[in-house]
Amino acid sequence: MEAASAAVRQKQKRRSGFSAERRLGTAMMAPSLVVMALVAAFPIGYAIWLSLNEYSVRTPGLSRFVGIDNYTEALGDSRFWDAFRATFIFTGISVSIELVLGVAFALAMHQAFRGRAVLRATVLVPWAVLTFGTGLLWRSIFEPNLGFAPSMLSALGLPGGDVLWYGEDGWAMATLIFADVWKTAPFMALLLLAGLQVIPEEVYDAAKVDGATAWQRFTRITLPLLKPAILVALLFRTLDALRVFDLPFALTNGANGTTTLSLHAYNELTKNRLVGEGSALAVLTFVVVMTVSFLYIRFVGGNIRAMAEES
Amino acid sequence: MAQITLDKLTKRYPDGFEAVKEMSLTVEDGEFVILVGPSGCGKSTALRMIAGLEDITDGELRIGDEVVNDKAPKDRDIAMVFQNYALYPHMSVRDNMGFALKLRGTDKAEIDKKVEEAARILDLEQHLDRRPANLSGGQRQRVAMGRAIVRDPAAFLMDEPLSNLDAKLRVQMRTEVSRIQKNLGTTTIYVTHDQTEAMTLGDRVAVMRSGLLQQVGSPMELYNHPLNLFVAGFIGSPAMNFMPATVEGETVKLPIGDVRLPDEVHGRLGGTEGKTLIAGVRPENFEDASLVGDARDRGSTFPAHIEVLESLGSELYAHFTVASEQQIESQELRELAEDVGGGEVPMAGEEGRIVARLDPASEVRVGQESELWVDATRVHLFDPEDGRNLTTDAKGPAAVDGGQGGRDPEAAPPPAETR
Amino acid sequence: MTSEAARVAGAPARAGARISQEKRRRDRRNRILLWAAVVAIMVFCLFPFYWLINTSLKTGQDLSTAKIFPPNPSLDNYKSIFEDSNFTTALRNSVIVSGITTALALVIGSFAGYALARLRFRGKFIMLAIILSITTFPPIAIAAPLFKFWTDLGIYDTLLGLVPPFLAFTLPLTIYVLASFFKEIPKDLSEAALVDGATHFQAFRKVVMPLAAPGLVTAGLLSFIWAWNEFLLAITLTSSPSARPVPPALAFFTGSQKFEVPLGTITAATVVVTVPLVALVLIFQKRIVAGLTAGAVKG
Repeated sequence: MEAASAAVRQKQKRRSGFSAERRLGTAMMAPSLVVMALVAAFPIGYAIWLSLNEYSVRTPGLSRFVGIDNYTEALGDSRFWDAFRATFIFTGISVSIELVLGVAFALAMHQAFRGRAVLRATVLVPWAVLTFGTGLLWRSIFEPNLGFAPSMLSALGLPGGDVLWYGEDGWAMATLIFADVWKTAPFMALLLLAGLQVIPEEVYDAAKVDGATAWQRFTRITLPLLKPAILVALLFRTLDALRVFDLPFALTNGANGTTTLSLHAYNELTKNRLVGEGSALAVLTFVVVMTVSFLYIRFVGGNIRAMAEES
Repeated sequence: MAQITLDKLTKRYPDGFEAVKEMSLTVEDGEFVILVGPSGCGKSTALRMIAGLEDITDGELRIGDEVVNDKAPKDRDIAMVFQNYALYPHMSVRDNMGFALKLRGTDKAEIDKKVEEAARILDLEQHLDRRPANLSGGQRQRVAMGRAIVRDPAAFLMDEPLSNLDAKLRVQMRTEVSRIQKNLGTTTIYVTHDQTEAMTLGDRVAVMRSGLLQQVGSPMELYNHPLNLFVAGFIGSPAMNFMPATVEGETVKLPIGDVRLPDEVHGRLGGTEGKTLIAGVRPENFEDASLVGDARDRGSTFPAHIEVLESLGSELYAHFTVASEQQIESQELRELAEDVGGGEVPMAGEEGRIVARLDPASEVRVGQESELWVDATRVHLFDPEDGRNLTTDAKGPAAVDGGQGGRDPEAAPPPAETR
Repeated sequence: MTSEAARVAGAPARAGARISQEKRRRDRRNRILLWAAVVAIMVFCLFPFYWLINTSLKTGQDLSTAKIFPPNPSLDNYKSIFEDSNFTTALRNSVIVSGITTALALVIGSFAGYALARLRFRGKFIMLAIILSITTFPPIAIAAPLFKFWTDLGIYDTLLGLVPPFLAFTLPLTIYVLASFFKEIPKDLSEAALVDGATHFQAFRKVVMPLAAPGLVTAGLLSFIWAWNEFLLAITLTSSPSARPVPPALAFFTGSQKFEVPLGTITAATVVVTVPLVALVLIFQKRIVAGLTAGAVKG
């Protein structure tokens, strides 16, 4: 009887002990979870369903199940691989440049000088400019012959003045990358600046006493200690760049090898009204982004995972 | 006002770590009990379980006659003073103190009356409309106290409330806390790692170590009759001196010489003949032999080579070293040294440092051989294996080390009444 | 011996003088380098923005010149966009959609952020995983399904239809930022409130929320800016000027002459929708940086 009552007590405890807190926790999570599930997760599931069917363009509502046909079709189309390549070239180059510039900017912003606050505020300006507007802005700056960039280059006698920029293969991608770097490098710099700020000054003093040169202090102390911040910033930026849409839409509308995965899927869905194949492309974009972030977290960002677990 | 009963209270974390192990303690209505121990001993966890901020894994907690294991903190009618005060930074002192009453729906006039009364007791009247950020450390501490007082709760729980104050304020507030508690007569459980606070504040002191209750008793009881090596070493400053000892007939062989034990003590030492034990002597149980007078035959004298003398005016501390041939290996002693902080407990084996508190009139000199005296009636002998005090007949919660010696914790009589 | 001592003492002194001179030269060089870098960064960040304003003040033939200053500055472009009901409607739509999204994100995001930061409940890790994975969702992947659902539900091409997806995409960041702010509020404070007789929800509302006000500002700004900028979902889920926010409206902009990119009016419109954001960002600069980096630096 003793044992039985103990067991009952145990059970009661498990049921009611701190259950108010647990109930409240679940209740407070619920609204966010419902929104994210209904408006993000569920539609992705539905997109997968859409991608497995073929839809009649003539008679809306008419469809038939075709399995993975849309995928084989999409993957067999060279336009997918062009978009795939464009997306990765764009991501690889722009994120690399942003990282280098971001570190340089952050180092400058970290120095103590009068007007530092002004500099820190200034770098937020490109970030605040409407992304779609950014595309249009750079389009006007690189307007062939007439824009600011070509005219300056011509006036200074530098090469590039007679290039058509966004109107020419290769150069169009360069323009796109330039615009993206302008908009996001400063932002990257701010993320890295915060990383710099937590490195204690004494570590640098110790390195100075130990005879490290400025360059050695940068490579042996700053970079390793900045690594967590760099990894997080890289992940954020990479995921954004892989999904880029409004910038190429506004700047080139995908011409001259600047059609990214998102833009390709969009064109198939809306312009060509290919719901099945467009959905397949959208799902493929999703898979690409998920794969990259999974690989990144798995192999590069061990501490990102640790961070997630800690919280 | 209420009695608080902890009945085999246990806190086990999901990783299996047990912060508090089967802790049983009854705090009488109006009593002031101190939970003391080194950091990590489980005292704060125990307090947080009483407050309801920590889940109770096992055992039963009663406030008054009611089991409150599953009650939310708000339904336990307890007030708590936090180590960092936890004052609400966005509220004035007045709102801080009145917050609990406001939550309870007390009417405004009543709240104002109670807050002002508490402010008067704590000398905070002119600060009522300031924010905590604009107060000094001592004032913040008083607001934290005020927040508890205003509620007139069944019990006060205090978690190292004075540890963030500087030494002088701490002494001042210590007296204040004691005075307020006496006037209000509210049951209070007070957690500290500072044995001075423990000795001066509490009606009873509960010493904890590694989640286990070691001994509960009045400060003097713990001081004079420690149940084990840990309590003996933890309570008292400077700490008790430890050295190896061997019992031979009616005498005990110590590195400082042979000491004849009082008969009643000797009677309790059955079966230890020839074994190496640990002897403990408090600094004040030494004296300059020339100043002992009549008490001389209660102890024995020995020569000591004084290395350092510290004179504080009212007291005089003489440091000397004793050499010992006996090798002594005691896990208990090592752990004590770790818990209390290195250096305070001289390790026996090779040479041990001894501190003696002498009469300031003593004329011993540094570097000289002096004759000192030790009070044989105050020598404690401890079992090196389990740390048990062999010289005392005091009984305690017997949680000394889980399941040792067939003592049933429940069968143990409650600690001696001390109030 | 005296002279020897003097020589010994003198040598480092002279060396010291040399070193300090060299150090001064090096310091000056570093200073110049730093200022060059600072100026370069400021030009890099501000010049294109200036160019935007510059272009918006040009009209007619001037638009096709690369002049650094507008030869005949005029506010005509601004006048014309504000006379264009498509633009003013879009502006109103953007304010409404971004405002509602932000308000809702703050309310339900702060609940979730608090639960994640402070409450013990089952499935917390799964929640975190879900939130993190939502941040990797490409909007294009949900565009077609939402188009279909919203058409069926009759909220396609309405402002109401834009709010839920915007909310879903701003929530992860909002929750993340708020949770990190909540975590920095000492746990003692909410525990003190619990002991003072508050329920968990009261502790959240009366103690934690007032203290997290700076976090709300940051999270609010971030989600407002995200919603203000969103283009893909806005263009897929709307089809008429009455429901279109600014970014897709810009895509449908036509100038005074047909078949020509209406550069003057587009830049003017971009300036109009950007300046308030720039102002907000400059005012709350410190908070934004703090919010964005709250988690980034701890790892």
